Amino acid sequence: MTATTRTTGSADTAAVRRAISSTPRPPRPGRLSAALVFGWRGMLKVKHVPEQLLDVTVTPVMFLLLFTYLFGGAIAGSTSAYLDYTLPGLLVMSVLFTTVYSGISLNTDLTKGVVDRFRSLPIWRPAPLLGSLLGDSVRYVIAGTVIIVVGMALGFRPEGGFAGAVAALALVVAFSFGLSWVFSVLGLLMRSPNAVMNAGFMAIFPLTFLSNVFVDPTTLPGPLEAFVDVNPISVLATASRSLMAGTPDGVAIVVSLAVAAGLAAVFLPLTTRLYRSR
Amino acid sequence: MTTQTPLAIEASGLGKSFGTTRAVDGVDLAVPAGTIYGVLGPNGAGKTTTIRMLATLIAPDAGSARVLGHDIVTEADTVRELVSLTGQLASVDEELTGRENLVLLGRLLGYSRAAARDRADELLDAFDIAEAAGRLVKHYSGGMRRRLDIAASIVVTPRLMFLDEPTTGLDPRSRNQVWEIVRALVAEGTTILLCTQYLEEADQLADGLAVIDRGRVIAEGTPGNLKASVGTGSLQVRLLDPGRRAEAAELLERSVGPVVLEADPAALSAVGADAERAAIAVAGLAHAGVPLAHFWLQQPSLDEVFLALTGHAADEAADETSPTSDTLREHAS
Ligand SMILES: Nc1ncnc2c1ncn2[C@@H]1O[C@H](COP(=O)(O)OP(=O)(O)OP(=O)(O)O)[C@@H](O)[C@H]1O
Ligand SMILES: [Mg+2]
Repeated sequence: MTATTRTTGSADTAAVRRAISSTPRPPRPGRLSAALVFGWRGMLKVKHVPEQLLDVTVTPVMFLLLFTYLFGGAIAGSTSAYLDYTLPGLLVMSVLFTTVYSGISLNTDLTKGVVDRFRSLPIWRPAPLLGSLLGDSVRYVIAGTVIIVVGMALGFRPEGGFAGAVAALALVVAFSFGLSWVFSVLGLLMRSPNAVMNAGFMAIFPLTFLSNVFVDPTTLPGPLEAFVDVNPISVLATASRSLMAGTPDGVAIVVSLAVAAGLAAVFLPLTTRLYRSR
Repeated sequence: MTTQTPLAIEASGLGKSFGTTRAVDGVDLAVPAGTIYGVLGPNGAGKTTTIRMLATLIAPDAGSARVLGHDIVTEADTVRELVSLTGQLASVDEELTGRENLVLLGRLLGYSRAAARDRADELLDAFDIAEAAGRLVKHYSGGMRRRLDIAASIVVTPRLMFLDEPTTGLDPRSRNQVWEIVRALVAEGTTILLCTQYLEEADQLADGLAVIDRGRVIAEGTPGNLKASVGTGSLQVRLLDPGRRAEAAELLERSVGPVVLEADPAALSAVGADAERAAIAVAGLAHAGVPLAHFWLQQPSLDEVFLALTGHAADEAADETSPTSDTLREHAS
């Protein structure tokens, strides 16, 4: 062990004065570049604490194994047949679950003094939120990739090939980006990260299970089937499935993107307002 | 009244409530440009809320203010370009390194990547944090964090800087470092609004001063004026026999001023004692045969300022429902 006691003198006044006086003000950054800087901030956090990616990778893999081996035989006759049906849906589920973490991390951020600094900067108002959600999108891509890779290791072979899988992933990530504004509002309204987590999962768990992610809705009783059919998560899972199968379902894809755009249109301005006033 | 010295901050009747708490209740401020202006007040006085309104973080619900000539509500964006804030909670990102914090801010203020890095390194060197530049801020000492926080506020030198209790919790050396930086900033032309709980800090740094209590300005002036109005300090006395404290209190109250009974049952102090009156008071105690363990003259503390200005001790402001019975003086209000 080397113990070094550092006896730094007081800050060098001349250097301090030089540092203070040497700043011509640069022009304001553009909107997008300010947002991208916040995205970079999110990446740096992952770099310093890579373990935080465990959340977004372990849970989906667990679900994948659980459903494929525990229920696969019972639901679809064989595990491999079930994998073909359910993997595109599990992709949807794992990425959607990750969006809840966007709300949680925003809520955690708000308890820190650094938010006051961001809010006192002359930057485009939505930049901090837009940027951190852009950064979170990287997590969504990771969560989705993990599911697809593990699925393929278990024998999943998408008919649509590599392009189909990538297209499905892109669609799901785009949808999640829209949905994450909803959880940002939760993150801004709730009192603690835990409350955000509870509320978030309370909403997204039943919605996911009452969709066609795990079971074919034609086997369900009438009213339930009706609900499952209009559940946007079903639509997204259908779209994802169609892309993976190499037979894109145009309607499902357009509806998914429209829902995402609608969510963002409503909740983005709301988040920006809440972020300013909190 | 037209232009004398230009005012960096002009607030009139500024107010803000949180639910039923009137956090700021009609604050008027006139801060001349190029000076350090102190806002002195106990916990919960409304200092942070005032700063947050002036820095455009929250909107006032009464009154108005202009910062460097711009309205804080209608021209908030312009105000943000001219000011920076060093908040009471360290306004830096704990989960990033010191350098990353400064580069991040440089980028947000419009520097190119390379320029932001250069600026960060220059600040890290000047503020004596270069050695810790690559460490996560959550592992910084309090003094380092404060210096980083101030460095983050001057990535682009602001015309006005808000400093909210910059030395609370720092050891004397770190405190002196912060004070030096603050003096350098003012020497380079930045106006500073400094919130503090320490009269000494205001005395050391501030050119002008407002004392606030329960959301109102209760006194204004220079630190010198204020100290003069408070008296030069307090006479601290410790008795050999706690049983005679009441008697001693009566004597001190007569010869010096308001008496505070300390938590230590043998100790008491008299506010507003100059050396001469203290000498007379101590002689009086000796004359009356009250044996003393020791005594000393203390510079006025915020408590004493408050006792003198408001008739109640500073910490009671936060907790009005249970006035401590320690003060002999009745609540004047
Ligand atoms: N966001 C908030 N919500 C509710 N009450 C608040 C909020 N911010 C401040 N207050 C209340 O307003 C009053 C003034 O608070 P403020 O933080 O401005 O005081 P302060 O002078 O900065 O105190 P301190 O020295 O403890 O920092 C306090 O009673 C506080 O509890
Ligand atoms: Mg405060």
